[in-house]
Amino acid sequence: MLVALRCVIHRDLLLAARRSSDVLTVLLFFVIVVSLFPLGVGSDPALLRTIAPGVIWVAALLASMLALQRMFASDHADGTLEQMLLGATPLGMTVAAKVLAHWLVSGLPLVLISPVLALQFDFPRELLGVLALSLALGTPVLSLIGAIGAALTLGLRGGGALLSLLVLPLYVPVLIIGAGSAEAAAAGIGGQAQLLLLGAFLVFAGAFAPWATAVALRISVE
Amino acid sequence: MNWFKYSSPQTFFPLAGKLAPWFGALALVACAAGLYIGFFRAPTDAQQGEAYRIIFIHVPAAWMSMFLYLVLAFWAGLGLVFNTRLSGMMASAIAPTGALFTFVALWTGSLWGKPTWGTWWVWDARLTSELILLFLYFGFMALQAAIDDPRRADKAGAVLALVGVVNIPIIYFSVKWWNTLHQGASVSLTKAPTMAATMLTGMVVMAFGFWFYSIAAALMRSRCIMLERERASEWVVEYAEGPA
Amino acid sequence: MEKPSGIPSLEAVDLHCARGERRLFSALSFTLRGGELLRIAGANGAGKTSLLRIACGLLEPTLGEVRWAGENIRRLQEEFWRQLVYIGHANAIKDDLTAAENLHVACTLAGVRVQPARIDEALRRLGLAGCQNLPARVLSQGQRRRVALARLPLSEAMPLWILDEPFAALDAAAVECVQNLIAEHLSRGAGVILTTHFEARITTAATLRIDLEAS
Repeated sequence: MLVALRCVIHRDLLLAARRSSDVLTVLLFFVIVVSLFPLGVGSDPALLRTIAPGVIWVAALLASMLALQRMFASDHADGTLEQMLLGATPLGMTVAAKVLAHWLVSGLPLVLISPVLALQFDFPRELLGVLALSLALGTPVLSLIGAIGAALTLGLRGGGALLSLLVLPLYVPVLIIGAGSAEAAAAGIGGQAQLLLLGAFLVFAGAFAPWATAVALRISVE
Repeated sequence: MNWFKYSSPQTFFPLAGKLAPWFGALALVACAAGLYIGFFRAPTDAQQGEAYRIIFIHVPAAWMSMFLYLVLAFWAGLGLVFNTRLSGMMASAIAPTGALFTFVALWTGSLWGKPTWGTWWVWDARLTSELILLFLYFGFMALQAAIDDPRRADKAGAVLALVGVVNIPIIYFSVKWWNTLHQGASVSLTKAPTMAATMLTGMVVMAFGFWFYSIAAALMRSRCIMLERERASEWVVEYAEGPA
Repeated sequence: MEKPSGIPSLEAVDLHCARGERRLFSALSFTLRGGELLRIAGANGAGKTSLLRIACGLLEPTLGEVRWAGENIRRLQEEFWRQLVYIGHANAIKDDLTAAENLHVACTLAGVRVQPARIDEALRRLGLAGCQNLPARVLSQGQRRRVALARLPLSEAMPLWILDEPFAALDAAAVECVQNLIAEHLSRGAGVILTTHFEARITTAATLRIDLEAS
């Protein structure tokens, strides 16, 4: 089974590498959205420092939602998704592998570039680690939950907007806790509690979301 | 009595038609009683004066919005597991009423905020959670509206509703936590005036009124859904042609 | 002829299928044993693809069930799918992967380990000798269909093949090749279900035939 899962991850990474424009667009979107906020709220350093975690987290959320379209749509269109449903490995595991590959391509770059963007907001240097860690724990949760939405809305008209509507309420707790961790660290309280909670979300989502996504995929492919 | 007899649309349709008016009447009575208690019998609040009386609509509506989502998720889940058509129809019938009560809760919450604290919107835990719940309802209805095949719509809606149900406690607690972190001042609708017994009675009676209304509305709506979905089957054609 | 024992049979029991409002078929039953070919015929829109997808387990019938070796395939899940190859209308190949990569992924997902040499051989058999390392994007429609069908020589161990229009978009040589593949597989004692509009020699000798009527 591990061979098949490695194959899925390798396949998705290979496809992303050969169509790298998709991937870069999401990253660029993230950077642009973050840069829009100072233009919208003014460049007062104290204000920017306060809103930095929230802004970066919201932008990561939006970029994540944008990237969700890619997860199953192309496989569904050319018929490869059906073959995965008829595969020898349990669909939940195949989905988990796909989500991991998706996160490596769409989520991890956000995590890596976030310290640079936070510096633009004059966010304290010692706290960049907390912010990056919160994103590192949180973006996989976003991918896992988003996968359920992507599976439910496969092939439907109104795709992107509908997907956002479905997935946003479910994203709220991750946003609150994630941004909260960096904010708590900035306030001097320390963000460990929130980070642990994010870790718990990750474990919980990792255990249940792939299975829910598998159920949703079977429903959508019918 | 064999309840399973009513588990097919054909047999449930006339039953729903008979029950709905009764529940509607009960709803009218209960709401009238609740409003009477709320507006005339309950004492004036020491801090908030008469303006607080809107909680007699706000709180029961909020209770109903949460309760109806649980009921919706229950029926949808039942339909998903046992592949019964009627359960899915019930879930779809409940959704708009649930969304309505969520909206009422939000609107009355806003109306309460204005005279009491001077703002039209208060970012307290309950109102924010209600807002997210409204999005969950809209998501459910939008998903079902976007899918043409009724069976797929039922099943997809069920998955969404169940995922939502699991998330509701998580959402509520994270919003509550967020609220305590950001709101220094106790501008909170949950810090309602301490409940005099009459106030609680009033809210409970209103809650029953809203519940009966929800049942009546869901029964009526499910009849419409049944007619639409089963329009090709014999009993619907007979019904449409009707006795003279 | 002696049928090798131990190859399970596929049973469809009282299948009903409705898509949206259209009732496609009702009370359909059949049994497919090893070495038999089932051909599903019917006009466009009669429900041939739906029946195939029900037989695979991709689509749930409104009523009835499909059994493999006596057990409901919904309960068997991967156990059943490991023994099945389904080639549908869609080719199930990625444009950005080469023909060889596509086949490798397809086989690995199906739980079959294949050496690159066997993949080359399969492609050669379907007349795609030089195409192993070409991205599927640059292949013609017919060539892509042949890449999809190249799974067949690699699936000799699967006792059930379900093929939707396997001869569509193929030239005469390829049609002959696919017919030979199917004939060989049948002689191994496996079962094949297919739909086609094409009156191939192999389908006229089909053991079973189901005609679906468009409603």
